[in-house]
Amino acid sequence: MKAAIALTVALCGTPAFAGWEPAKPVEIVVAAGAGGASDQMARMMQAAIQKNNLMKQPIVVSLKGGASGAEALMYMKSSEGDPNKVLIAYSLIYMLPLSAKIPFNWRELTPVSVVALDQFVLWDNSAGPKTVKEFVAAAKAASAPFKMGGTGSKREDHVLTVFLEQKTGAKFSYLPYKSGGEAATQLVGNHTEANVNNPSENLEVWRAGQVRPLCVFDKERISYTSKVTDTQSWADIPTCKEEGVDVQYLMLRAMFLPGKVTAEQQAFYVELFHKVTQTAEYKDYMEKQALKPIFLTGKDMVQFLEEDDAINKSLMTEAGFVAK
Amino acid sequence: MEAFGLLLHGFAVLLTWKTLVLMMVGLVLGIFVGVLPGLGGPNGVAILLPLTFTMDPTSAIVMLSCIYWGALFGGAITSILFNIPGEAWSVATTFDGYPMAQQGRAAEALTAAFTSSFIGSLVAVLLITFLAPMISSFALKFGPPEFFAVYLLTFCSFVGLGREAKHKTVISMSLGLLLAGIGMDTVSGNLRMTFGSPELLRGINFLVAVIGLFGISEILLTMEERLALRGHAASISLRVVLGVWKDLPKYWATLLRSSFIGCWLGITPGGAIAASFMGYNLAKRFAKDPESFGKGRIEGVFAPETAAHASGTSALLPMLALGIPGSGTAAILLGGLMVWGLNPGPLLFVEHKDFVWGLIASMYLGNVVGLVLVLTTVPIFASILRVPFAAVAPMIVVSCAIGAYAIQNAMFDIWLMLGFGIVGYVFKKIGIPLAPFTLALVLGNRAEDAFRLSMIGSGGDLKVFWSNGLVGSITTLAIMLLFWPMIDGLLTRLGRRQRS
Repeated sequence: MKAAIALTVALCGTPAFAGWEPAKPVEIVVAAGAGGASDQMARMMQAAIQKNNLMKQPIVVSLKGGASGAEALMYMKSSEGDPNKVLIAYSLIYMLPLSAKIPFNWRELTPVSVVALDQFVLWDNSAGPKTVKEFVAAAKAASAPFKMGGTGSKREDHVLTVFLEQKTGAKFSYLPYKSGGEAATQLVGNHTEANVNNPSENLEVWRAGQVRPLCVFDKERISYTSKVTDTQSWADIPTCKEEGVDVQYLMLRAMFLPGKVTAEQQAFYVELFHKVTQTAEYKDYMEKQALKPIFLTGKDMVQFLEEDDAINKSLMTEAGFVAK
Repeated sequence: MEAFGLLLHGFAVLLTWKTLVLMMVGLVLGIFVGVLPGLGGPNGVAILLPLTFTMDPTSAIVMLSCIYWGALFGGAITSILFNIPGEAWSVATTFDGYPMAQQGRAAEALTAAFTSSFIGSLVAVLLITFLAPMISSFALKFGPPEFFAVYLLTFCSFVGLGREAKHKTVISMSLGLLLAGIGMDTVSGNLRMTFGSPELLRGINFLVAVIGLFGISEILLTMEERLALRGHAASISLRVVLGVWKDLPKYWATLLRSSFIGCWLGITPGGAIAASFMGYNLAKRFAKDPESFGKGRIEGVFAPETAAHASGTSALLPMLALGIPGSGTAAILLGGLMVWGLNPGPLLFVEHKDFVWGLIASMYLGNVVGLVLVLTTVPIFASILRVPFAAVAPMIVVSCAIGAYAIQNAMFDIWLMLGFGIVGYVFKKIGIPLAPFTLALVLGNRAEDAFRLSMIGSGGDLKVFWSNGLVGSITTLAIMLLFWPMIDGLLTRLGRRQRS
């Protein structure tokens, strides 16, 4: 609470910039495939900005999910000085340079703001085991490979799978799909046994009764208590720790501009995305998709990024995913 | 009946001024690229695709599909008036269309071409309307082995059914697969064949390759051939149109046969080129006086045009429903879908109803509007051909370069495009087909991922491709198609032996 007040004060304290404004349509660059969590969030922001007239220029979502998202990172890197492109980033900014040795460093981009933290949930098909214990037992007993779907290789979903293996002793065959949406439909079609999708990626199929959430990878339960399905809310999902599997992971959702933009340009976007977080669309989206609201900018954001980078680096190293 | 309700919903999505204007713009652009020699359907769509990146997917696909219809119509104009097929599938139209123009019956031939295009497309759209809803219930049955089987089917049918020499198809396809491997590998998360270059990290963008392979290489070829344009002037009067339409019922058998051939070859990736020739040849075979073909017989225009358009249209069904393009243009539209954030495949019909039915409705509307448009504007478009090639070619090259750059804002892609232009030129010179190359480039990655995911899932057991009825029959069919020429030969020989 204190932090929130301090933040509001800090923001109100910044003088209003009348100066810079985009003169061209602004592009929200998504580093993932269609229908994934980043894509959905970008489209929510597009709607929020346009419906509330937060900006004169139109805003477009451009999907650069090629090369597991590296396409978007390199696109931002090469767009140095272009203030009409905003990246909606997630943990791939730390992981991809480690696993694939991509010449990219998030410190070369201009940080705008951290807009949310995303959860991970362990899901299985609604015809599958009903609790984490039964699930682990089924995985251990399976004779054929026990298939875990996820997005990309050597990334957050894969890391979580490795830690699940370490903590439970079960063995999974990890199937890397191109997007969370694909991982969701493959689980529904019974082509995989489970996935560790973000809430937003499995929301629709959960509501349709096709998948079941087993546990959430956070130290506390999700706070939203309104019913999502007929019987359950996000808050009804136990944490994995409660269920005896102590694995935790939260993922940032943050906005970045390309490198070498001016301070006025940066300030415009800080202000813009702060306004976005105040809209009904954003609040509604956070609750529906079970995201943790947060708004960090300036020094706080950089400090957060540095700490988060260190955590991700140690996880990647421990999972053995760092390229030599 | 569900289809009918959804279709009406599609029309509701479409009937806004903005969409109608986009439709007209698309049609005019399409006829324009269709008329220009050296452009034509796939090239036109490839070059104009970046224009649509800022639109919402429904508007974008409406505009693009109208460019496509326009190009289909436009191709007929040059074939008949100038004896230059703007499109490979219009070649058969020149056989009887140009003689008709020489006899002063250009207006009649054009009306016949446009009308039969319209009929062919209409039959195909009707087919799509009634087949599409069935496909969505099929959706969830597709796991990695099923997807791989379908890709295999596409590759095999290109080799087995294509008209080109088999080894050339295989060479072209293998090169495409090789280039598709450049960049990030989803399954291992590692980079491949990038040689440390950040430019290659993105992989070879399919659209950049297509613009070069088709657009630039055509310009190079046309330059070499020093194209001189001399043609017949034409304008169409209402009297001629009504005269041709009055005679239509006489040709019902030809129209129906060609529509059927077209739909069949469109859905299985035989393509519009094969369809138009087959339509023409069959019409000739079934005619009472086959020798009158080639001397300006109207049926010789009806037959190939109906088949080409039925095929061009129905090629969109496998593209939308399975993510497998039935033609070169459909393959480019497929690339577009991914750019707009839509995953072509069975789930498209479940997740993006608005888009799919908007597109299907636009096929109906686009066709009607297109028919009226071409009938009234033929003289204007025919005059485009009098603009010297020297003036048109630089414009086309510039628009190709802008298109290639705009896809990823990368200068490197323009060099890549020029490189592919030369590759395309060489391929055309030595008779290697381009379609298998582009197909492999767009589907290579997906096929590889599907195969490797199947292998992870089955623990490396190839039997997974025969593990259930669905995947088993697709895989078997694929292998049969690969060896189709041999099987076909064997069957014919058996038949002959029985008769003798």
